[in-house]
Amino acid sequence: MSAVTQDTAVSTGRVTRAFIYLVLILFALFYLLPLYVMGVNSLKPLEEITGGNMMALPSTWTLDPWRSAWSTAQIGVEPTGLKPYFLNSILMVVPAVAISTIVGALNGYVLTKWRFRGDTWVFGLMLFSCFIPFQIVLIPMAVVLGKLGLAGSVPGLILVHVVYGIGFTTLYFRNYYAAFPTELVRAAMIDGAGFFRIFWRILLPVSGPIAVVSVIWQFTNIWNDFLFGASFGGTSQPMTVALNNLVQSSTGVKEYNVHFAGAILAALPTLIVYIVAGRYFVRGLMAGSVKG
Amino acid sequence: MATEVDFRTRLQDWLPKLVLAPSFAVTLLFVYGFILFTVVLSFTGSKMLPRYDWVGFENYEKLFALPAWTTAITNIAIFATLYITICTAIGLMLAIFLDQKIRGEGVLRPIYLYPMALSFIVTGTAWKWFLDPGIGLEKIMHLWGWESFSFTWIKDGDMAIYTIVIAAVWQTSGFVMAMFLAGLRGIDNEILKAAQIDGASNWQLYRRIVIPLLRPAFLSAFVILSHLAIKSYDLVIALTGGGPGRATEMPATFMYSYTFTRNQMGIGASSAVIMLMTIAAIMVPYLYAELKEKKA
Repeated sequence: MSAVTQDTAVSTGRVTRAFIYLVLILFALFYLLPLYVMGVNSLKPLEEITGGNMMALPSTWTLDPWRSAWSTAQIGVEPTGLKPYFLNSILMVVPAVAISTIVGALNGYVLTKWRFRGDTWVFGLMLFSCFIPFQIVLIPMAVVLGKLGLAGSVPGLILVHVVYGIGFTTLYFRNYYAAFPTELVRAAMIDGAGFFRIFWRILLPVSGPIAVVSVIWQFTNIWNDFLFGASFGGTSQPMTVALNNLVQSSTGVKEYNVHFAGAILAALPTLIVYIVAGRYFVRGLMAGSVKG
Repeated sequence: MATEVDFRTRLQDWLPKLVLAPSFAVTLLFVYGFILFTVVLSFTGSKMLPRYDWVGFENYEKLFALPAWTTAITNIAIFATLYITICTAIGLMLAIFLDQKIRGEGVLRPIYLYPMALSFIVTGTAWKWFLDPGIGLEKIMHLWGWESFSFTWIKDGDMAIYTIVIAAVWQTSGFVMAMFLAGLRGIDNEILKAAQIDGASNWQLYRRIVIPLLRPAFLSAFVILSHLAIKSYDLVIALTGGGPGRATEMPATFMYSYTFTRNQMGIGASSAVIMLMTIAAIMVPYLYAELKEKKA
């Protein structure tokens, strides 16, 4: 290979470029494949799946699997469909995301603008809690929720998700506020502004980008959680647990089309959030984690 | 007047700590207190409910004598190694390829990334039926005329663990790509140009300059992936249910079934402690370095 000097950073030959496009497109197909399979088969009558090709488009289009998954499918012992569980998930996710984000913002504010001796230790202890395997807290959590009378209830699940979510939200807001000029906060203090006033008037108005990251992160994690829902959900199980019960049920014929429709229903809220705001999420997340 | 001012300044001094206190207290109790509780339980003969009779290391001895636990740690070793290696390799390759001024990058990137928005239960459901020989891939190939095609991994005790790798890689490799891409975009083009003037080929450019510069992204990817691997519970439940038989048992599923369905809480607690220690061995040095760096 002869050494040719080039003035662009990296340039590639035509064959290499064709190869690169080929690989990129093949991977795009790999990532889209399960979504295609779920979508196509959720719109077919069951015989077309068991008797036909999973990759083929429906020859008879039908919305019945979707109706069944939403309101009549057998979940556990009750033929309720996924609807009540979807509502459980909403009732759990909205307060849990709101509380953990607000608490995280205040924590991040204190840890960067009102520093005190040992604050790095406090933060370190909270940060490590993000990474524990939750199996280590399952048994005591079951005991405590039982004692508090919150076992098997939506408020119990909200508590669990807030407790194990504030580590991450604090991390996000702390890293974000660390880059905010402390001089401005000092100046406001000299002018006599108090703790909450500074937060409300100076920090909060610039917190948009990181609030988006925190909300998306918490929403995705809490909506998608299975372990806590299965352990402490009781009669208020979230969507993920219900979907698993639907798919794993061993009685009767396996209604693959209903399973696929249910899977898309369970994925829809996070997919929508991702499509609407995903760009901001990746941008914000990378700004915090890669610089590190 | 003087006392009022004094009171207000003192309140201002205490307010930040008061605001942080509930979170810190909750963390101490629900994280560190709970860890301590589980550690204590792992040294007791607890069965269905917590009991406080000290049995020393008996649970740990029993745990490591159990064939199911041996299967679980063998599986996690296979799974974590393949998952981390393949995700990193695919993520790095896609990031480098996408960084070549590709037309349609704006379309491709979200396609690579969307799986991370889905839950492992949804991912597991999709792949479970797609890999099912009766209705999925094997049948598709037969219908397309490749009669001898056989793909029964998900029903095969020796191979089922690899189907979990496939589904997990599908879910997270796009996210790893995004991390590497952010790293690549942060590299100064001048360095690359200088190397090219010195006659470096593209291959040398990446191997000698770009990849070493991506060290922080490699480290972040490793930490995130290993943490996800050890915690993997939902995907196993949704995809194989730990089967066929107990072939795809992992520490997370082992802990759950021994604690809550087999009523061996002491052994379940000891397995959770082993999991925590494994993660701590990876996370503590990483977090320590991160925090120290930021202080400086």
